[in-house]
Amino acid sequence: MESDTITKHPHTKTAPSWNGGSEPFKASYGKLMMWYFLLSDAFTFSGFLIAYGALRFSMPSWPVPDFVFSTFPGGFHHKPLLFVTLMTFILLASSFTMVRAVQEGHRENRMGVVKWMIWTIIGGAAFLGCQAWEWNTLMGKEHMTIRVNPFGKHMVAGTYVEGDGHEIKEGTSFKAGASYMIHKHDGEWKPLKFKVDEGPEAGKVKEQSFGPKAFGALFFFITGFHGFHVLTGVIFLLIICVNSFTGLYSARKNGYEMVEKIGLYWHFVDLVWVFVFLLFYLL
Amino acid sequence: MGHLSYESSKKIATKTISILAFITIFEVLFALLGKGYLIEGFHISGWITGFMMVVLSLVKAYLIVYEFMHMKYEVPGLVKTVLLPTLLLVWAIIAFLAEGKTWFNYRERVKNPTVEEVKTPVQQGLIYQSLGQKL
Repeated sequence: MESDTITKHPHTKTAPSWNGGSEPFKASYGKLMMWYFLLSDAFTFSGFLIAYGALRFSMPSWPVPDFVFSTFPGGFHHKPLLFVTLMTFILLASSFTMVRAVQEGHRENRMGVVKWMIWTIIGGAAFLGCQAWEWNTLMGKEHMTIRVNPFGKHMVAGTYVEGDGHEIKEGTSFKAGASYMIHKHDGEWKPLKFKVDEGPEAGKVKEQSFGPKAFGALFFFITGFHGFHVLTGVIFLLIICVNSFTGLYSARKNGYEMVEKIGLYWHFVDLVWVFVFLLFYLL
Repeated sequence: MGHLSYESSKKIATKTISILAFITIFEVLFALLGKGYLIEGFHISGWITGFMMVVLSLVKAYLIVYEFMHMKYEVPGLVKTVLLPTLLLVWAIIAFLAEGKTWFNYRERVKNPTVEEVKTPVQQGLIYQSLGQKL
């Protein structure tokens, strides 16, 4: 029995094979269950993202991501998608360092595993930091909440009849589809007035209206749920990094399987971000 | 795992991350180009850019699952039990996006009720009182 296991699975020299003689799908219990957990988690995220799609399709207008997400730390504005691209690269890089940690584990290189896991943890923490900055900008400076969405899109062309004291001056014209953000001064919303230039309501003076309410709620819940996964991942990475360092997994002689399992989870977080990035920022 | 030497798996990881990074940069530039940020007055239809983005994101997902998560090197049974259930999502996406479009039409009708007079089943004479009288 013992020799059977050795010849079949070079990495699991001492681990019993689920007590049934042979391992289902040639995978350990923990690894297989991690896959099924990730499958169920994929359905949870899909549910959220499909809800986003359905609500977006049901609205006559939707905030333009290049306009909403265009700030960059250091007081930069009008840099569409630059910051989220940086976030994407941080997460991709941490995925790569995770692969390297798993590879070092397969050849039982303890310090190699620890080194690459530390890089992964730094990447995860950096991503969380970026997300914190992004949320802080949206909530603290732009006053977007789960109930109020100041980002809107003009449905018709028009001309502003008042300025905001910054970029928009009295008499500034805009086309249909132009984005705007309603500002808040001293706790009060200040939607600007404009004269409609075309269509059946031409000549009427209207006020900027708030964007679809669902936008804020969907954004904070979905990126928040993803961020929560990243946070959980960083915590588990830390625990497993410490355990690797103390030699707990070297003693198991199974090719650092625990590192492989948390690696699966970490790549899944990256995988989800691919679709969050697609739906919230690119489309 | 176990099928590749350390050196060759290291090479594959480097290659995969390079492709992923390249696709991401391409996606962002393409999104900005399509919306007219890069060349003044130049736009690409949202449907074309959208389709491209979805396809490229699926390529990224494939690379992450098959190379980084080592799905390529698992036995077929494991691959099927994990990946086949996700096909259910195909219908979920079609159904819910169609539902969203229907909500859109309802909203338009509520905002602009003269477009089509909405009749309730009672007004249409489809529902009768229990006594059998037509309302």
